[in-house]
Amino acid sequence: MTTPPQPLTAKDVAKVGLLARLALSESDLERMTGELSKIVGFVSMLGEVDTSDVAPLAHPLDTQNVFRDDVPAASLSTAEALQSAPRHDGACFLVPAVLGDSGAA
Amino acid sequence: MQPLEMSAVDLVAALRQGDITAVQCTTVFLDRIEATNGTINAFLTVDREGSLVRAADIDARRKAGKPLGALAGLPVALKDVLCTNDMPTTCASKMLKGFRPPYDADVVARLRQADAVFVGKTNMDEFAMGGSNENSAFGPVRNPWDLSRAPGGSSGGSAACVAADMAPVAIGSDTGGSIRQPAGLCGITGLKPTYGRVSRRGLVAFASSLDQIGPMARSAADCALIMETIAGHDPGDSTSLSVDVPRYTDLLDKPLSGVRIGRVPEHYAEGLDPEVAKGVEEAFAVLKAAGATVHDVQLPHAKYGIPTYYLIAPCEASSNLARYDGAHYGHRAEPGGHAKKAGGFESPLVEMYCRSRAEGFGPEVKRRIMLGTYALSAGYYDAYYAKALRVRRLIRQDYLDAFQSVDLVGGPVSATPAFKLGEKTDDPLAMYLVDLYTVGTNLAGVGGISFPCGFTKSGLPIGFQLQAPPLAEPLLLQAADRFQRLTDWHRRRPKAAGEVKA
Repeated sequence: MTTPPQPLTAKDVAKVGLLARLALSESDLERMTGELSKIVGFVSMLGEVDTSDVAPLAHPLDTQNVFRDDVPAASLSTAEALQSAPRHDGACFLVPAVLGDSGAA
Repeated sequence: MQPLEMSAVDLVAALRQGDITAVQCTTVFLDRIEATNGTINAFLTVDREGSLVRAADIDARRKAGKPLGALAGLPVALKDVLCTNDMPTTCASKMLKGFRPPYDADVVARLRQADAVFVGKTNMDEFAMGGSNENSAFGPVRNPWDLSRAPGGSSGGSAACVAADMAPVAIGSDTGGSIRQPAGLCGITGLKPTYGRVSRRGLVAFASSLDQIGPMARSAADCALIMETIAGHDPGDSTSLSVDVPRYTDLLDKPLSGVRIGRVPEHYAEGLDPEVAKGVEEAFAVLKAAGATVHDVQLPHAKYGIPTYYLIAPCEASSNLARYDGAHYGHRAEPGGHAKKAGGFESPLVEMYCRSRAEGFGPEVKRRIMLGTYALSAGYYDAYYAKALRVRRLIRQDYLDAFQSVDLVGGPVSATPAFKLGEKTDDPLAMYLVDLYTVGTNLAGVGGISFPCGFTKSGLPIGFQLQAPPLAEPLLLQAADRFQRLTDWHRRRPKAAGEVKA
């Protein structure tokens, strides 16, 4: 197990904020850097458990792939799918430009 | 007996026999909600009109001699994390304020099929993240036993509404204790079934490998009744188990002779309130008197439950909550919105994502998304996420080993009775520790039930928890039911709720 650098810096938190798609202000960054450092410090106690011969368990069931018959069935209509969209044109969801400089949201 | 005081089992029987109509029954509970919700804040949506229409329809069908579902006319409250196609589903988040799902959750569809009447949607911690219901964007729920205290969480509204007689039954969800802990703090009975026993389709996802839906009611017998409707395989949830659903209500009234119950000495470490410890010990004595035997068992990795949970759950949450992007449904930031960000954005689209999420999510949800994103990010995945998954296997193995020598594991639900509103809100880590005795059940994927086993001197309920091997819900319900035939803790009603005014 590698030992991650601690505590987190505001720069680490800013990077994670962008990965998490959360706009964080300077004061958010400052507060969250402290809070996350404390939580990460706490969960790091798992380092004391010897897991060298233990496989990860992602799921409580002994899962196996499940197959079902491939039968056509009704799905959501376009109108139902769009019913809660903040912006749409009746056929598609509308979003700001995918490319280009940030300006308007 | 008045409908407000009747068990769900008795209400269904009274409705069937025509002693009371569905409209009368629904009206009694709606009036109770109207009189108390201003104080308790257990409901986010109350569907007076819709529920009365459904109740009248049930009465008409009954009068016409048409077949009716198993719960015909029974008022049921739904945690606002369950999708309903005729009521908003908000997860107590500004992100989903006013959101109307285009379909019903499987559990909701089953209850509808059984002719239950949905009186409304209950308050909760935002996206089920919290242990006090104080993370709701629409205000905290107050504990009916002491209005200055938290009801627990995240299913705080579901627990409080049953405790305050606003509904005979509520549906909750439990990711790390969110059914059992509020049930314990509000003096009601709550069952967290085995992972996969109840379909999660239409349950807004928090941590998919941990989430499970279950009943919250005044007794184990009422939980058994609801389980017969909500449990079962659903082709729409590939993790739901294709295993027959027992007639839980037929399996209740049996002595506990020969049932071996484990007691975990580590549960009594520092931090356990002495009055809670005393109540729990007395519960073991009652179970012994009922014929069970009690044996010490070890769960050696139990102390790693909280750190394991607070890596796995946030990691899964950070992925699940990525869907709230301001594009398809939910909150979308207006151009020039107030959310500020240090540094720039990558594009106008990313700016919209970041601002919408910053505005829509509350502080605890953001904290968990950040923690999960960090723990899954390049360079840290093995040290945090994969490490937690390895410890999870050890925790599950502890349970499987314990269940070699005992049939059930008993102990406290929470280390303390209900705490004061605001007591833990400044310290996220202190709030995480309230899940100490409950997260293991979810990490192992087994079942657990919480029910009242006493009261503190100041009149707050004390909860007892039993955990069982996979699919041993019949034994959990049988043991809790037996306990409730020998005690009357579950029959006590809070005075505070009786006195509150709208």
